[in-house]
Amino acid sequence: MKSIRQTITDKGQNVLNIYFTAGHPTLVSTVDIIISLAKSGVDLIELGIPYSDPLADGLTIQKSGEAALRNGQTISNIFAQVKEARKSTDIPIVMMGYFNQFLQYGAERFLKDAYESGVQGLILPDLPMDIYQNEYQSMFEKYHMEISFLVTPLTSDDRIHLADQLSSGFLYVVSQSSITGKSGDLSDTQRQYFQRIQDMKLTSPQLIGFGIHDKKSRMEASQYAHGVIVGSAFIRALDGSQNVKETIKDFVGGL
Amino acid sequence: MTSKQSYHVSPSGHYGDFGGAYIPEMLYANVEEIKNKYIEISNEPEFQAEFHQLLKDYVGRPSPLYKANTLSEKYGANIYLKREDLNHTGAHKINNTIGQILLAKRLGKKRIIAETGAGQHGVATATVCALMKLECIVYMGAVDIERQAPNVARMKMLGATVIPAESGSKTLKDATNEAIRDWINNAETTHYIIGSAIGPHPYPDMVTRYQSVISAEIKEQIQEKTGKDYPDYVVACVGGGSNAAGAFYHFLHDDRVQLILAEAAGKGIDTGHSAATSILGTKGIIHGCMTLLMQTPDGQIVEPYSLSAGLDYPGIGPLHAHLITTKRAKVYAATDDEAMQAVLELSAAEGIIPALETAHALAILSKMDLKSEDNVVICLSGRGDKDLNTYLKYIEEHKIEL
Repeated sequence: MKSIRQTITDKGQNVLNIYFTAGHPTLVSTVDIIISLAKSGVDLIELGIPYSDPLADGLTIQKSGEAALRNGQTISNIFAQVKEARKSTDIPIVMMGYFNQFLQYGAERFLKDAYESGVQGLILPDLPMDIYQNEYQSMFEKYHMEISFLVTPLTSDDRIHLADQLSSGFLYVVSQSSITGKSGDLSDTQRQYFQRIQDMKLTSPQLIGFGIHDKKSRMEASQYAHGVIVGSAFIRALDGSQNVKETIKDFVGGL
Repeated sequence: MTSKQSYHVSPSGHYGDFGGAYIPEMLYANVEEIKNKYIEISNEPEFQAEFHQLLKDYVGRPSPLYKANTLSEKYGANIYLKREDLNHTGAHKINNTIGQILLAKRLGKKRIIAETGAGQHGVATATVCALMKLECIVYMGAVDIERQAPNVARMKMLGATVIPAESGSKTLKDATNEAIRDWINNAETTHYIIGSAIGPHPYPDMVTRYQSVISAEIKEQIQEKTGKDYPDYVVACVGGGSNAAGAFYHFLHDDRVQLILAEAAGKGIDTGHSAATSILGTKGIIHGCMTLLMQTPDGQIVEPYSLSAGLDYPGIGPLHAHLITTKRAKVYAATDDEAMQAVLELSAAEGIIPALETAHALAILSKMDLKSEDNVVICLSGRGDKDLNTYLKYIEEHKIEL
């Protein structure tokens, strides 16, 4: 399987990473959604681990997480679902969760099970970079797990360089100082911020996420990075869906 | 006498294995700014002068230390009540909000947000915002809005906007989540006044410092009353733990003083309806800090239960997690029923109607092994006006004759 980083740099532009919560809308839908997304031409899949207290997430992802937990989703089951999906697709899969989930499952056990199931990358937005460096970096390397750190409009240049240096997957460029799920047109301030990062000539490929919800916002943001991450808008599409495969075809086709 | 272990926060923001700042990057700049400035700003002579002037003239400090004779007789020890219930707004919470509003002004923030459980911290925040003419938004669990109606009305009268938290158990944890999300969305303009000794570093230490006026006063007052500048016990209720942190602070390294925490057992520790974090909790992260919290093996935070909105929290401040695991503090749990008995007892015995949270600290007196010469200070953290609906309902349901 090709690494996340290689996949992004090979394509070079207009990369599309789609986020959804594993176990939403139904527990069994996860495998089908992964396979359908892969068939629809998406480049990467970001699989959200539902969490009781997702601090960085807006209402859409919160609700999808609550539904997934009500459906009985667990971390072990997500690994089993990825393993199942791996029989049909080798699309790069990155998991996104909160640090407490990683800790309680057991750091090494998590990385080992993730690796063995076919997960290639991890995003833990509340894992501090210094803690990663001091306690987990070598463990991530042992299991070939590609980590992605977040930068925001308020992140200093020094920290952007650190996040770039520590990220082994992509650099997650948070488009605005907000939680997930906000939509609206890109502002001049956002363009200047994207430009600032683009001008820094960073090592890691960059994907812009948070607030990317349609073709227009995708195309605009993609001018400043290798591609984008779309989450809440996709979950909203799944919410109203009668036929997941059709919904995915239409949604991805419309981006 | 001093102990070797340090109970103060380390430069990295830790209390032993607990504490730290596990926050998404969106909050990094804000938390870093506070971390770099809170001690320097708080120590400025001008800040100190304004802080103490307000505590004296606006809050009404020092709060009295009252010897409760009837309780003393009943429990066979010298029981003193530190009357935080007599503060302006009716609880200890205002000590911290005064400190943080002065900090927020010096950081140039225009907008204040807060979470609240029982509503005491919300009222204390709304109060200082009215005083300082700053916009105030308070997040409160929908369930708590229901059970603490008088405090909701007070916040509104004080000009605050009260936003219900509808997620999860719709209580303090969820209100805190919503406040953190608001802060992420408004990081540049807004200061988040956390009301408890929880959250990412430096919040637990900052809140503890602003609340430490409680133990500073106890030290002087107990000297006046007993000739010794320390009590044998300090007892406080603990949800997140701000009144306990303040009441303990100046005695943390004095081994002669036994520190006692009273947590909420709810309907009973093993009933599945409890908030007894020290027993039911394991090490993990909640609201940006490593501490003890109630969670599943997958790290999902478990919804707590207590009749008392202020103690209905699945975690505990990292200082307390450290005090408990190093056995510096001892924890007792009191059920809803035991707390209610203590409410009725204090009302009849001393003419003081305590807050339901505070009543947990009174309820554990009978579980302690007290000697007649012991001097026991209980932090009477708040008054019961806000709980009258809960009390009247309980009295009616249990057919209690007053």
